[in-house]
Amino acid sequence: MGYPHPSHQKENVVLSKYFGDVEARSFAGWVKRGGYEALKKALGMTPEAIIEEVKASGLRGRGGAGFPTGLKWSFMPKPSGKPHYLVCNADESEPGTFKDREIMRWTPHQLIEGCAIAAYAIGAERCYIYIRGEFTEPWKIMSAAVQEAYAKGALGESAFGSGKRIDIVLHRGAGAYICGEETAMMNSIEGKRGNPRIKPPFPAQAGLFGMPTTINNVETLSAVPHILSRGGAWYKGLCLSNPKSTGTKLFSVCGHVMRPGNYEITMGFPMKDLIHDLAGGMRPGRRLKAVIPGGSSVPIMTAAEAEAALCDYEGIVEQGSMLGSAGFIVMDDSADLVYEIYRLAKFYAHESCAQCTQCREGTAWTTKILARILRGEGKTSDLDLLLDLSEQMTGRTICVLSDSCAAPIVSGIKKFREEFDAYLSRTKAPVAVVA
Amino acid sequence: MSGGHAATGGHDAVAYEPVFVGETRAKLEALFPKYPTKQACLLPALWMVQEARGWVPPQGIAEVAEVLELTPAYVRGVVTFYTMYHLHPVGRHFIQVCGTSPCHLCGSDDVIAAILKETGCGELGATSPDGRFTVAEVECLGACGFPTPVLIDDDFIDAVTPERVPGILARYP
Repeated sequence: MGYPHPSHQKENVVLSKYFGDVEARSFAGWVKRGGYEALKKALGMTPEAIIEEVKASGLRGRGGAGFPTGLKWSFMPKPSGKPHYLVCNADESEPGTFKDREIMRWTPHQLIEGCAIAAYAIGAERCYIYIRGEFTEPWKIMSAAVQEAYAKGALGESAFGSGKRIDIVLHRGAGAYICGEETAMMNSIEGKRGNPRIKPPFPAQAGLFGMPTTINNVETLSAVPHILSRGGAWYKGLCLSNPKSTGTKLFSVCGHVMRPGNYEITMGFPMKDLIHDLAGGMRPGRRLKAVIPGGSSVPIMTAAEAEAALCDYEGIVEQGSMLGSAGFIVMDDSADLVYEIYRLAKFYAHESCAQCTQCREGTAWTTKILARILRGEGKTSDLDLLLDLSEQMTGRTICVLSDSCAAPIVSGIKKFREEFDAYLSRTKAPVAVVA
Repeated sequence: MSGGHAATGGHDAVAYEPVFVGETRAKLEALFPKYPTKQACLLPALWMVQEARGWVPPQGIAEVAEVLELTPAYVRGVVTFYTMYHLHPVGRHFIQVCGTSPCHLCGSDDVIAAILKETGCGELGATSPDGRFTVAEVECLGACGFPTPVLIDDDFIDAVTPERVPGILARYP
């Protein structure tokens, strides 16, 4: 539900049902709401049967990449005496995205239950939940919940008396967007700089501490208990458009809307309704100009593209962008696209780990060029220079951070060129920015 | 962060008290069984130093290196990667305000200006002359639906407006 707003009738609340309900935070409160039944059920199943159920659900990764979750789990090798690890990615730092934070704040046991089921399914001796350093409140709530789950026997040596050991350890980040990239996260847990690793080897072969590892997003894991309780077929049936996109998903909507918040909708829901109805639409007298739907790392959509799109993995691609983490940055006609693109480039320049030249130099130079355009010091050739730089930044680095910086720049120039031209022709008043 | 040095000057003259003794030592050692290597306790250990000292001084880096059997140069290499560790002393209260695009769209520039004015910090990264506050702009606090979010020490405050700034800061003497 769109906490702090009451649930909208067009929402389909599964994961967010208890947002805003303080009692659901405690172990007893979660059990009272049917919690931990899925874990008990899972502990009576074989790991293979759990993976099959998740495969049948069609659940895909909610962190941005959209990889089928059950398939990812099935890549883990059979037990061989080597430790296996599960890592839960709670490093939510993608501009526009604020859903995992709410899952942890309101329903910590929902996540713990999902982690426990996944850890058992992939034979992980331990699950590390990597929470970004700035998330002080989610950290406190999760710490208390993990402690309580141990005390009540849901975790530990013999989870619910099953004889199966499940351990969860919380690990705190310290301010680095890039640690949300799965291989950088593994390095960070190991006590290293958060530099992404070259793949292959993939985490399922050699991941955390060199051992077979699966990394899943908070929202992905939180969906797992519901799939186990109600069945993969039920989850697969939650679909309004493309059968490859199933289930419900939390959409974070922010920026120029009347009711920013998290809205949980069935995959395939019309984006027009999400923005104009659920999120309350534009402020009076304003009209929609642009949407960046995937968090900031995807191409910008025009109002026409956004209003024609369906909210699922394929629907947004059809309209020229990507679902990503589904953090919608909505801009009305008062937004200065050139400034916002500059501000995003500055974000990526700040967050580049700097190990790849194209990213280290590319993010810094695109920021500088965009700053000089804003200051009214741009040259006509600057747009070609930005496009050329962006091309060098795409598909050439260890991770996709520099691709993410390039996506809004390229789409911005392509779709909103007149806004750049207004600065270049000095018809628009310059903005005082320092790169 | 030159303001930070000026405000809490003289720290070099104070003899360094080890952090990892007594309870803190026990807290760190309790983490060891949770990881297959001691090195994995590096981020948690650095947090403990910052909690105890308010920042991560060079002697703290050396101490962490010793307890985790790493070299100080290695620890320095890691600590400089992460923006939340303070490598210089900061004010009594550390303010992080979000200014990334979603918050910028909703008026974070005015909130940042109000905080800089009210604290007397004048510019981002600086510490107020009375040593009370240091203000930093943070890259996306992950709370874009509640603009403008501000983190003061460990307290998360959402929907901050310029008008609310004086009242909020008054809670941090």
